Amino acid sequence: MNNCPTILVIDDEVQIRKLLEISLEANSYKVIFAVDGKEGITLAGSHQPDLILLDLGLPDMNGQEVLLQLREWFQNPIIILSVKNTENEIVQALDNGANDYMTKPFRTQELLARMRTALRSNLTNNNSDSVLNFGNLAVDLVARTVKVNNEIVKFTATEYNLLTLLIKNDGRVLTHQYILKEIWGQTYSDQTQYLRVFVAQLRKKIEEDPNRPKFIITESGVGYRFNSG
Amino acid sequence: MEKVFKKTAKSQYLVSFLSVTIVSLLCLTVRNVIDYKIVGYLLLVVVSLLAIFLEIKPVLLGAFLSAVALNFIFIKPYFTLHIDSAEDILLLILYFIIALINAVLTNKFRRMQRAIHVKETRASTLKLYNTLLDSLSHELRTPISAILGSIDILQQKNMSLSTETQQKLHNEIEKASMKLNYQVENLLNMSRLESGYIQPKLDWCDVKEIIYNVCSRLSEETKDHKIVYKIDENLPLFKLDYGLLEQIIYNLIYNASQHTPKGVTITIQAHFDVDVDYERHVDLIKKCIITISDDGYGFPADEMDKAFDKFHRYKDSKTGGTGLGLSIVKGFVQAQNGTITLHNAEEGGAVFRLEFVAESLPLNALKNE
Repeated sequence: MNNCPTILVIDDEVQIRKLLEISLEANSYKVIFAVDGKEGITLAGSHQPDLILLDLGLPDMNGQEVLLQLREWFQNPIIILSVKNTENEIVQALDNGANDYMTKPFRTQELLARMRTALRSNLTNNNSDSVLNFGNLAVDLVARTVKVNNEIVKFTATEYNLLTLLIKNDGRVLTHQYILKEIWGQTYSDQTQYLRVFVAQLRKKIEEDPNRPKFIITESGVGYRFNSG
Repeated sequence: MEKVFKKTAKSQYLVSFLSVTIVSLLCLTVRNVIDYKIVGYLLLVVVSLLAIFLEIKPVLLGAFLSAVALNFIFIKPYFTLHIDSAEDILLLILYFIIALINAVLTNKFRRMQRAIHVKETRASTLKLYNTLLDSLSHELRTPISAILGSIDILQQKNMSLSTETQQKLHNEIEKASMKLNYQVENLLNMSRLESGYIQPKLDWCDVKEIIYNVCSRLSEETKDHKIVYKIDENLPLFKLDYGLLEQIIYNLIYNASQHTPKGVTITIQAHFDVDVDYERHVDLIKKCIITISDDGYGFPADEMDKAFDKFHRYKDSKTGGTGLGLSIVKGFVQAQNGTITLHNAEEGGAVFRLEFVAESLPLNALKNE
């Protein structure tokens, strides 16, 4: 395993590149830069980075287009950086295969945390462990049981499926539509009321304080993200 | 009326032509009963009226046509342009001159009025613009000064700063940057409102979740305040715009935290109201009511009705502000057909009350699926 992951930053803003260079190198990442979409795609091919930070507002081509082209073959995590914090833009990027997003102005600590999560979940994707532990929460994928503080908590089938979908995509933002389609089926893709109700129920069962959730994080107007810590 | 006539030049000529013709023909039917001098006055009234509503050229056409009609139809001998008596020739000439003066004077007067109106509009736009620039440059420069100032001190080589001082300066930079971001956010939202670009995207909202979410984002700003939640456990889901509602609550709590002294309690309440449809025996419309109140000093009575005005800042405000936050709140509330009111609590402190009539869904409705 490489101890020093390579990060490709595709951003035309020199200030942002500078900031990322300093903060990423200080956190022992190897950083390479591309100033536009074309260069980004070329560098992604030649350097095989472990993670890509992609700005959506690029001078030469639409960021969504870059994302789509990258996703034709690039498997590693892609995190979107964007000033456009319109929900539609973000939802589209996530649908196009982005793992996560940060809107500018973003906090570096938060970005580093998201990058760590994305890199880690990429490594553990093929994890064969059947019991997953997250602090006081333990999920046994074979026995289909969930333990909170070492006690088995009863889950309905839908609740269990929703929880495991989120866990399997640890750190990744899942859009409302995606979750609805996966759990309830295609015809439910705009029935967000199910999602709201079931997320509230799940939180009551697994969160220490359901009003200040640690595991299931709401991404305003976009979707939900599982945060394993 | 003016607008209708202004539409096209062609229609103005037509109106002028028709009104002179119609009045002339009407007078023709009673030619034997009334004196032609009366007809002259009547036509003069028509031309004067035309002058009020039409541009100068169609009026001149009307004046000319009416003079011809007066001569041709009403001054003897009938149906010739020839005039017998010298008195009648004089009358016709005088008629034409008066009609012309009327037309020109009215037109001039209208132009002057228009010029004054344009000037007034410009002055008020300029005033608004200046107010905006004033508060903006202040609101943006203050945090920028704080950032630059802190960095200058941090960079001074000959000064050895204690870790504690350094930490304080870093905190100042952080706070100032967040303030800058808030102001930019407000400006963007204001321009969205102004351009009429806002179209609420209604979706099921867990209002309780939004409130807690916003408060955790504001934990830094509210760390010197106490926040009390009074949220109905049975609050249903409401069909509202998630993003707009989030911004509304954010601005109100941010506002409360900035304009009240340390130690003040901010209370956030959310509950619902049911209207019963007696005919169908069902609970129909549910109203979502959110109040955000504090036990600070409240609003002075004379500031109350201006609180939501754009660029309005509380007179003795020491904490600044662009006067955008609350007007954005109002705009976002109205975009979702909601209402917002402000009053002072009896025991002191401001109370903002939001009401939304929206489709609702009880949380336990889907539980067993």
